[in-house]
Order: sequence, then structure tokens, then C-alpha cells
Amino acid sequence: MPALIIEHDYRDMTIDDIRSEIAEQRTTATAMARDFYTRIRREDPEIGAFLTLCEERALTQAGRIDQMAAEGLPLPPLAGVPVAIKDVMVTRGVRTTAGSKILDNFIPPYDCTAVARLEAAGAVILGKLNCDEFAMGSSTENSAYHPVHNPRDKSRVPGGSSGGSAAAVAAEMAVATLGSDTGGSIRQPASFCGVVGLKPTYGRVSRYGLIAFASSLDHIGPFAKTVKEVAVVLRTIAGRDPMDSTSAEVPVPDYVAELEKPVRGSGEALKVGVAEEYFGSGLDPEVRAAVEAAIQKLAELGCEVVPVSLPHTEYAIPTYYIVATAEASANLARYDGVRYGFRAKAANLSEMYRQTRDGGFGMEVKRRIMLGTYALSAGYYDAYYLKAQKVRTLLTRDFDEAFKKVDVIAAPTCPTPAFKLGEKVNDPLAMYLADIYTVTANLAGIPGISVPCGLNHEKLPIGLQLFGRHFDEATLLRVAHVYEQARIT
Amino acid sequence: MNVTDKDVAYVADLANLELTEEERVRMLRDLNSILEYVERLSELETGKVAPMAQVSDRYGKNNDESRQGSDRFAFAIREDVKDGLRKSLPHDAALKNAPDTDGTFFEVPKVIER
Repeated sequence: MPALIIEHDYRDMTIDDIRSEIAEQRTTATAMARDFYTRIRREDPEIGAFLTLCEERALTQAGRIDQMAAEGLPLPPLAGVPVAIKDVMVTRGVRTTAGSKILDNFIPPYDCTAVARLEAAGAVILGKLNCDEFAMGSSTENSAYHPVHNPRDKSRVPGGSSGGSAAAVAAEMAVATLGSDTGGSIRQPASFCGVVGLKPTYGRVSRYGLIAFASSLDHIGPFAKTVKEVAVVLRTIAGRDPMDSTSAEVPVPDYVAELEKPVRGSGEALKVGVAEEYFGSGLDPEVRAAVEAAIQKLAELGCEVVPVSLPHTEYAIPTYYIVATAEASANLARYDGVRYGFRAKAANLSEMYRQTRDGGFGMEVKRRIMLGTYALSAGYYDAYYLKAQKVRTLLTRDFDEAFKKVDVIAAPTCPTPAFKLGEKVNDPLAMYLADIYTVTANLAGIPGISVPCGLNHEKLPIGLQLFGRHFDEATLLRVAHVYEQARIT
Repeated sequence: MNVTDKDVAYVADLANLELTEEERVRMLRDLNSILEYVERLSELETGKVAPMAQVSDRYGKNNDESRQGSDRFAFAIREDVKDGLRKSLPHDAALKNAPDTDGTFFEVPKVIER
């Protein structure tokens, strides 16, 4: 039977299609997984999205799904769906590097909650995806292994830090992937690669098993080709987890059912806010035109467009790079060569720590540890860290005020389309500014999504970003879905 | 506030990093350039603004102004139970990734010089 199955059968299948094809035994999860591996082996050498393949684990899971289908048992919601995971989420028995040499040989003894929930829902985990080292970067060029090439234009970056997660979906090497977003690391690569990426509300998805970069800003979220697929994955991974005390006790709605609610029902229209602070200097004219056209489209679809003000936006990047690096300097203190990972040979303990960290960390990670340590050090704490925490309050209040008037806020995801590999690699500040429209959502903890909204003259994807209220992913996804449907038809 | 060579050496020491000569030069340049950009935060008057360390006390069951401090995280606390706790990681699993172990403990190079 598997010999009859040809590859293009799978490429345009949705999660629901895959499940019903397997349930009705027109194909098997095993055949599908093998097919994706064939595709990865053929396509990925030119893209570099994967760091590790876990074929044994995938085929065991696929076999389990096929067995259920053969016995006529009801299949779980993601049965047989080939997925892949950013390599900052730990996977039991499967090497997890965080894109760093310091964890080159690390085999975690447990699973990240989000990964375990995907697998419990029937998903087949194909492997682990490339990223910037410890998720620190905006281009995936900081991976200690190899860069990722944007499948839309291989001379360009896929964005970062979840570059592998976005590229794997764009190149159809996985149906959905998980990424992490500390300052835009899901939304920015989704925008660069022309796929959908969601950063949920802080606390919506458990961070248990996510290798920590900046704990108050780190989020796990899904990538897929459509908003609906993203909603299906979110529904699976969201919800309280006793293993993460910051995961919230807030009920998880059926995000997929919510998609079908109209944006203008019998009552008032949904209000879409537009803040001029997100359309200032530095915004590429083609990106501006595409995002403005998308907002116009939302108005035509029945949403009411309302101007809002987010006056502290220009302070978001400096605030973010102090808060994030301060937290990172503390979180990364654990890499000392004692319990796991790389250890340098040295005569005494203190030299061992230093040489391990010197040899194991790349330049960007060292730069952020240095910046964060400096911002927390005696004499500078008040001027930098405490100051940034106060401005974080102001940035969050901006959103609180705006969301009294509107239901979602529309903005560009990034100021430009994907840039060239190597273009910003020697200028850390220029690289940081690639996150200018995304870091605010992390500081405030609100959900944000990037949806493709057109191509520039070089056929590079452009992303529309939508922000929502805390725990209102349902409205965010609904607006994104209605826009996406209108764009496609 | 300019970062000096001495600051770079001091902070590297705090962070348990050694850094090569070349890295120190680059770090000096990069830290100064980033901190110069961060300087714009001082334009904002924040004397009466409370600092915000995290967001998880702002919503759901925690968003109750009458509760302060750790009371806002009461949901994350469980009752003491005698049985039924999650088992600890088995000893061999905990040691499996260790660069050096004697089978019972993690081993490290000499800590105290005599």
C-alpha cells in the first residue's frame, strides 16, 4: 500500500484532512511520517531548518496511531500530524541543544509540557529545529550549528530566533511547528517566511521544559500555514500546568469554533485599533502599503477602524534589551559544566567554569550576559534595570488604555521584509531594531499574531501583526482568520 | 555613562566569563553603542511609576487589587500531601548528562587550593 502513496497527496492537507485520511485508512501515519522524512532529506540540506531528527520516536508514535485506526478506535485531534519543535524545548531521549555548543550532547530526561501535549493529542514529532543560540537573535545566524536559509529566497534570513520553525512550515517539511517568542521570535520569522505565527498571552501555554532565556518574557507558540491550524495547535497546548506556576488558571476556549463567529454580528462591530507609533520612520514603504491595505480590508469586512495611541512605543527596544538581558544573565548562570553539557578541562573549579562558558557560548550570548550583568551590577541597577522595569509599566499601561477602546490592534510585524544573510551580523543594535514592533507584546504579556498580507516587488512576504487583550486569543484568531479568508478568495 | 576596559573586565569576572583580548575590544564597543541607545529611557519621568517585574499577577484570578504580593499567586500553591507527589528524577537519569561522575555524585576539579 505505501508504495501507491505519492508525496503531493500530503502537502496541502490540513490537520483535519490528515486525521480523516488516517481514520478512513486511505493512508497511514507511518507512510506520512516516512514521506516527510524523505522530503526533509531532500530539501533541508539547502535550508538548514533541522538540527536533529527523531525518527524512532516519530515512527513509534505513528505506529500507535495506525494501530488505533486499524482497530477502529476514535483518533485524537492531531492524529498522525507531522510536527517539529524548536530546539529550546526539551524532549526526553532526544538531543536538545538550544542552538548552543554548550548543550551539544545534552539528552533531556523529561519532556516539555507543550511537546507532551502535542504528542498526547496524536501528533508525530519529526525532529528538532534550528534557532539562534538560546533564542538570542533575529536572523537564526547565531545558531552555533549552521544558519537557516529562507525558503522564499535562499540568500535571505528566515528571521529569528525561531527561524527553523518558520522555515520548516514554509518549505512544507512539517504541517505545524512550535517556536518560542521572547521579543518577537515567533512573529518576526513567520512574517519573513510567509506563514502564520502566534505568541499567546503570557501564562496561556506552560513554559515547563522551555530552556529559559528571559523568564518574564518567554512564550511558547505555534506556526502553521493557516490561522485555523494555529488555532488547533493552540487549543492543544494551552491551559494550566501545575509544573509552571506562572501558567494561568484561565479556561481554554475552543479556538477553532470561535473562528467562525462573525466580526460584525447583530451587535457592535469589532474595533481594530491603529497606532501611528507603529508607522513611523524606518518602516519600509512597501510594508506600510501592504499593512494599510490589510487594515482597509478589515474595514471592508465589517470591522471598525479606530485610531489609538501607544505613546511609549519608542522606548520599547531599550526597555526590552535591559529586562531581557538582565534575566538572561541570571538564567544562563546554570551553564557551568558541572551537571550537564560541555565541560572544559581545567586545573581548578573556577577556571573550569570560565573556560566552559568561554568555549561553550557564542558571541551574542556572551554579549547579552555581559549587558545583563552590567545592568544588574552595583551602582547601575537603579539607572538601568529598575528604570527599565518602570518603563515596562508605562508600556503596559499604553495597551491597557488602548484596549478600553478597541478589541485588537493592527500593525506591521516587522519594519522590513527578510534581509540578506550577513547583512546585520556585525551590528548588534541594527539587529535588535528588527524587533521594534514585536517586543512590546512580550513586555505587556499580551497575545500577538503575524499573518501574511502580501509580497513586495521581490516576492518577499510581508506580515500583518495583530495584538489582543490578555487571554483573548479567540478574538485575535477570529480577526486574523477573517482577513486570511478574504485575502485568499 | 561610558563603559571602560576596567568595567568590561569586572563584569566578565562577575559573569564567570574570561573573554579573549579580541572579544574584550568588541564587547567594549558593543556595550557602549547599546547603552548609548538605552540612555533615552532617562527622558521619561518615572518617579511615581511602580516597577513591573512580570505580568502574571495582572489577569484571571490574580487580578484582584485587594491581594498583594504572594497572595496574588495563591492559586499556584497546593496543600501538603503525604503521598502522591510526583516522583523525583531517578538517580541514574539525573547523572546521565554529567561530564564527570563517580556514580553517586557529580565530580568537579579541585575547589580549594592548598
